[in-house]
Amino acid sequence: MKLSRHMAPLLLATLVAVSAPVCAQTVPAPAPDTTASASNAGATPLAGDAVYKAFHGEEGIQRIMDDFIVRITTDPRIKDRFANANLARLKLLLVQQVSYLIGGPQTYTGRDMKTTHEGMGLQNGDFNALAEDLQLSMDKEGVPFRAQNKLLAKLAPMEHQIVPR
Amino acid sequence: MTHRSHLALGGAMFGAALAFTVAADAAPLLDQGKLLLTGGVTNVEGAAGGGIATWATITGYGTNDGIGGNVHATYADVRDYRLTDYGAAVGLYNRVELSYARQDFDTRSVGPKLGLPQGYTFSQDVYGAKLRVIGDLVYDQDSLLPQISVGLQHKEESDKLHVIRSHAFGIRSASGTDYYVAATKLFLDQSLLVNATVRYTKANQGGLLGFGGPKSNDYKPQFEGSVGYLLSKKLVVGAEYRTKPDNVGLKENDWYDLYAAYALNKHVSVTLAYANLGDIATFKNQDGVYLSLQAGF
Repeated sequence: MKLSRHMAPLLLATLVAVSAPVCAQTVPAPAPDTTASASNAGATPLAGDAVYKAFHGEEGIQRIMDDFIVRITTDPRIKDRFANANLARLKLLLVQQVSYLIGGPQTYTGRDMKTTHEGMGLQNGDFNALAEDLQLSMDKEGVPFRAQNKLLAKLAPMEHQIVPR
Repeated sequence: MTHRSHLALGGAMFGAALAFTVAADAAPLLDQGKLLLTGGVTNVEGAAGGGIATWATITGYGTNDGIGGNVHATYADVRDYRLTDYGAAVGLYNRVELSYARQDFDTRSVGPKLGLPQGYTFSQDVYGAKLRVIGDLVYDQDSLLPQISVGLQHKEESDKLHVIRSHAFGIRSASGTDYYVAATKLFLDQSLLVNATVRYTKANQGGLLGFGGPKSNDYKPQFEGSVGYLLSKKLVVGAEYRTKPDNVGLKENDWYDLYAAYALNKHVSVTLAYANLGDIATFKNQDGVYLSLQAGF
């Protein structure tokens, strides 16, 4: 997609303020190894647990991610991206990340978004395809649309770190 | 340009788009990768927006790496007039939008009272170009930065008798160009979309009654505001308001509408609205239904 690079000035990337979230209070001690910091989750968590409850808590998030893993690994648009992925670990981290972001008790223990996706050559459309699959999984769990958007609003800015400009 | 050549232009735009698709194989250029409704719908001037307002969104479902386009047909039936509108638009790499719309404004039985033949129809071609300057509607959820685009719409009267061209009603010109800056912000955590557009224009009734008049022939900034509430992935409801200058001295009113836009999928969407266009050429309270169908690839 050289043409598109050509079309899209890098202007945007320079102006996007990537907020560096401070270590959340739920983390007992700031780990010296940043790869194990909750700030790697890519956004600050929502206040309160209303959205966490709307996701039906831990069990709901587990069900959503079980469904989601199936969707993304069979979605013809993006399944190849997961050809070499450790799906069990991926699911574990997704549950942690979502739980953390929507006010649940879990802490994200994975690497940050930029490091995780570096060198994958991901595109705008890959990110959106994943988001659509997540919407379908949240629909299946019966998460109300408004609550879904609270999570998506946390995930959306990660596009700037996941998709290289 | 003749009407036929306008259609040919539209056809060429789509031909080019299709040629692009055939050339690409791995990641299709017509990637349909944008999220549902995040390009807006096609508005009355053929640009991506709501019904009467132009937004900063780039039409179609092409991502930053793809292109997308659509055709539309719109019908607005108000008290004494009827507007039909059709056209085509393409979005390139979520960066540039090119659009064409043909508007036919049927004066129905009002025609003779304005000294025109029964059912006289004012027609206008609208050529639009829009450039997204900064911001991303969907991704910039961690800042207040809206998606901001600049654009222009060149409008030319093309009705049979060239009523406007003959400078009836003291109208100064049968063609004109509007320039605008549009800012659209999606507050995803609130499921809310807000748009504000400033348009520099001389147009009377959006250009359907020409440009400039006895009262004024200067560009004036006008405002277009929209709000939309997302009820689901497929459905957004909202309201719009658009101010207009009064160059002719016929007490031109602002427009507003209440709309619902529904996307069946990424190929077909429908916009239904109650539109109030105020008084038009001395005929009062022109309100009624607005229906727009859009098909895209």
